[in-house]
Amino acid sequence: MTALWLTLLIPLLGIAVGALIGQRRHAGWVNVALTAATLAAALWLAYTVLDRGPQLSPGKMFYIDAFNVYLVALTAFVGLTTAIFSRTYMLHEVERRRLGKRRMRLYHSMYQGFMFAMFAALTTNNVGILWVAMEGATLATVLLVSLYRTPEAIEAAWKYFILCGVGIAQALFGTVLLYFAAERVIPNPDDALLWNVLYAAASQLEPTVLTLAFVFLLVGYGTKVGLVPLHNWLPDAHSEGPTPMSAILSGLLLNVALYALVRMKMIVDGSLHSHLAGYLMMGFGMLSFLVAGLFLHRQRDIKRMFSYSSIEHMGLMTFAFGLGGALATFGALLHMTVHSLTKSAIFVTVGHAAQIAGTQSIEKIRGLIRTQPAVGWGLLIGAVAIAGFPPFGVFTSEFLVLTATMKSWPWLTPPLLVGLAIAFAGLFRHLHPMVYGEAPAGQQRVTANMLPVLLHLAFVLWLGLAIPAFLADWFSQATKLISGSSPL
Amino acid sequence: MTAWLLGVLQTLLFVVSAPLLAGWIKRVKCHMQNRAAPALWQPYRDLAKLLRKRVVLAEHASWVFRATPFIVFGATILAAAVVPLVLAQHPAAAVADVIVLVGFLALARFFTALAGMDIGTAFGGMGSSREMMIGALAEPVMLMAVFTLSMTASTTNLSEAVGYTLNGGLVLRPSFVFALLGLMMVAVAETGRIPVDNPATHLELTMVHEAMILEYSGRHLALIEWAAQIKLMVYMVLIANIFLPWGIATELTAQAAALGVTAIGAKLALLGVLLILWETVMAKMRLFRVPQFLGFAFLLSLLGMLTHVVLETGG
Amino acid sequence: MDLTQLGLFDQAVLLFAAFVLFTSFVMLAQARIVPLIHTFAWQGALLAVTTALVAYATRHPHLYLSAGITLILKAALIPWLLHRLTVRLGIQREVEALAYPTLVLIAGGALVIFSYYVALPIVQLSAMVTRNTIAAGIAIVLLGMLLMIVRKKAISQVIGFMSIENGLFFAAVVSTYGMPMVVELGIAFDVLVAAVLFGVFFFQMRASIDSLDVDRLNRLREVDEPAPAPEETAP
Repeated sequence: MTALWLTLLIPLLGIAVGALIGQRRHAGWVNVALTAATLAAALWLAYTVLDRGPQLSPGKMFYIDAFNVYLVALTAFVGLTTAIFSRTYMLHEVERRRLGKRRMRLYHSMYQGFMFAMFAALTTNNVGILWVAMEGATLATVLLVSLYRTPEAIEAAWKYFILCGVGIAQALFGTVLLYFAAERVIPNPDDALLWNVLYAAASQLEPTVLTLAFVFLLVGYGTKVGLVPLHNWLPDAHSEGPTPMSAILSGLLLNVALYALVRMKMIVDGSLHSHLAGYLMMGFGMLSFLVAGLFLHRQRDIKRMFSYSSIEHMGLMTFAFGLGGALATFGALLHMTVHSLTKSAIFVTVGHAAQIAGTQSIEKIRGLIRTQPAVGWGLLIGAVAIAGFPPFGVFTSEFLVLTATMKSWPWLTPPLLVGLAIAFAGLFRHLHPMVYGEAPAGQQRVTANMLPVLLHLAFVLWLGLAIPAFLADWFSQATKLISGSSPL
Repeated sequence: MTAWLLGVLQTLLFVVSAPLLAGWIKRVKCHMQNRAAPALWQPYRDLAKLLRKRVVLAEHASWVFRATPFIVFGATILAAAVVPLVLAQHPAAAVADVIVLVGFLALARFFTALAGMDIGTAFGGMGSSREMMIGALAEPVMLMAVFTLSMTASTTNLSEAVGYTLNGGLVLRPSFVFALLGLMMVAVAETGRIPVDNPATHLELTMVHEAMILEYSGRHLALIEWAAQIKLMVYMVLIANIFLPWGIATELTAQAAALGVTAIGAKLALLGVLLILWETVMAKMRLFRVPQFLGFAFLLSLLGMLTHVVLETGG
Repeated sequence: MDLTQLGLFDQAVLLFAAFVLFTSFVMLAQARIVPLIHTFAWQGALLAVTTALVAYATRHPHLYLSAGITLILKAALIPWLLHRLTVRLGIQREVEALAYPTLVLIAGGALVIFSYYVALPIVQLSAMVTRNTIAAGIAIVLLGMLLMIVRKKAISQVIGFMSIENGLFFAAVVSTYGMPMVVELGIAFDVLVAAVLFGVFFFQMRASIDSLDVDRLNRLREVDEPAPAPEETAP
């Protein structure tokens, strides 16, 4: 349990540290150190859980099993690599005079605050606290989205705040309904919001209430996942905030929201004895997947384009989790991992690309491979990976999801394939001139730290070629937990 | 037979005491505004003076113009005859329920508006059109408020409704609170009080009711004025006796009747003070704000009905 | 359920629930900023009274604490914050032009009916005296959303947001006699932080677009803007 406390306390401490010394030049290094310590604690936690099985903290406040511990580790890892990237990136932004000292303090403090909120959401056993932490994650990031104080940034942040706030309010109502149903069967009302208690008593919960509750929970957490038609905040928030923010929003926050939704689905499935929750998730997931793929074609802003790609992939994962079954769930878990690794790598390169061109407009970013080959190649490989080319891990997970679909819902396979093709075309149509085109005069090389990108893409490649045994074991434990059957 | 006799007596009491209520309201208002107040029976003096005076008829006045005061007065008395004043058990209530009551008042309004247009002066037509607009908006509110009540009491018969509230004892009904507020706002609009209309004004831009009856004189004017006073009292008695029926006589003893008279007197006096308080704090609103005012009243009545369905019976 | 068979305090709970619902409607109709904030404060106060009544009528003493938190937070602190903001931003005399006021109120009525149908399955399961007010809780949430949709001023939207929170709290109190304390404290903390953040936002918004009109925030759109004139490409 010490590992758990450390995982939570280090970012909590980081909030204060960031607020105190965030404006200093070495603050970026402090941020890296803090996230590195968190990663160490998270890995220690992962090791304990894998070694000894699910753990319930004293007081039943936290519950760690294979499903969330792998997300904790992933979150801590991406948090660290993004912190490495953010150090140079933010220094560059300060040099360009887009940010002052106070905002750097705010940035570093809230970076840690955001990490804390996500760890709290992932590890908590109380579905009420889960809600509080999700809302906390919104509150921590909303001022970061408006960090540049341009009218666009303010608009994006306002939209983000209002839409996510209203959306997540629905989730709270769903939680209230869940509590309402639970209170009737669970003797101690203080236990009635604990996930493990709810899960154990799921079959006794009143199905009508849980159906209603799940609809509200889906709308609520679905807003945060970015499901169409509740996705409007997502591209704005990604495109107007600082790029490290986009990387962790896309790579981590969406995952955590989806995690919350899946946890809820596990309870609801136990009560309903029908596949209703799964159908709903499949419907919303498929819709998001297809619509976002189409929107990819119309984008003019590079970060906006990749945020639509995030919506598309989140849609695919939601669809896969909705599909249920061991294979699809395994695929979805793998896809969560590879997507957040790839997408944060892409946002890191996109951040550098935008600094090279001095703009985020796709039309003005040209010939990256000539100006700075590392960034150009990074962007190209990242896009290839995210589009689902073998041998990258995204291909593996998409292949698993497709196979599972073909098994249980064959007629849904063509739309999935078409959606993948549309998204692929949308990405590459914009990508090609950006990477290969003529570099306009006056493009400057920037100090880019490509280590995070390299690490992430290497991981994705590794996962595509061979999933290491301990990881496969880990995933199959989580799959067993979620879908009830083992994939291997 | 006795019941009917008592009913007629009660109606007579209603008609006769309406100017007294008007006098009371005027007095309170004067006190509120630090003016020298007229005597309580000043409205009786005014009516008597007008009744003695000769009628001056416009050249183009048709029979509508001449018949209207009598129709309005008659319809208003009939409306008054339906409302339980002192005795809860009113035989006329079985014949004519609350919807008929609304109908009588609408009939009176219709003829007043016709008469306003009959002469062909600009003011009359203007007043009529304004009055009809207010009426069209106020009537649904009134009906909605009344339906809320009848849904709770399962009757549109006013006597039975009063009996129902009496038997239930003190029950905090959210629907009644809203219906009461809605009905009060309608009463203000329908009887031409501030902020919708000002009974004391002859300023051309703002008058509504006064504009329609501008051409009346002598006994015609007396009847119309009297009818207006009865109408005000009908609304106030309705509010007082339906929502707070305590004190109303349920049996036919002198003691109960005396108590009933005292109770309704006290309630009306109190309501009069409330009305004046309201008139003092409110400013006359521009005519095109009136739909908003009545829209809010409608909302209150609607909310009354909704809370009845949702909170009081649901589940 | 027959109202006449309930105790006086249970009836009072229903009555105050109706008043809380009523304040939501008043907020929909209120165009001036400061009275809007006051109405919001009244809603908070009535909510606290309702909670205290539920606590008394059903003997759930822990709800007194919730009522106290609500009173301090929703009836005093947040309205005070908002009021101070309007004074500091100099907008306390602003009046918002309401589009279709009557239609909005009718829509509000329709939302109440809708909430009634949504709540029916839950109400039928429950045996609590407060069960009928669950629909009122949902209605307050939906009316808050309606307020956010029809209003253009940022401050009105914030009040809509906060009144959604009120509705959720209300629903939790009347359907389950409140959430566990730790969750309630967490929610209260979130709401407070959100209120402060909104305040920060008003200033940012004013500084960048010189207005608190949300309609002015319209730069980010999905429609294809006319492409900027092609720039000279390097030879």
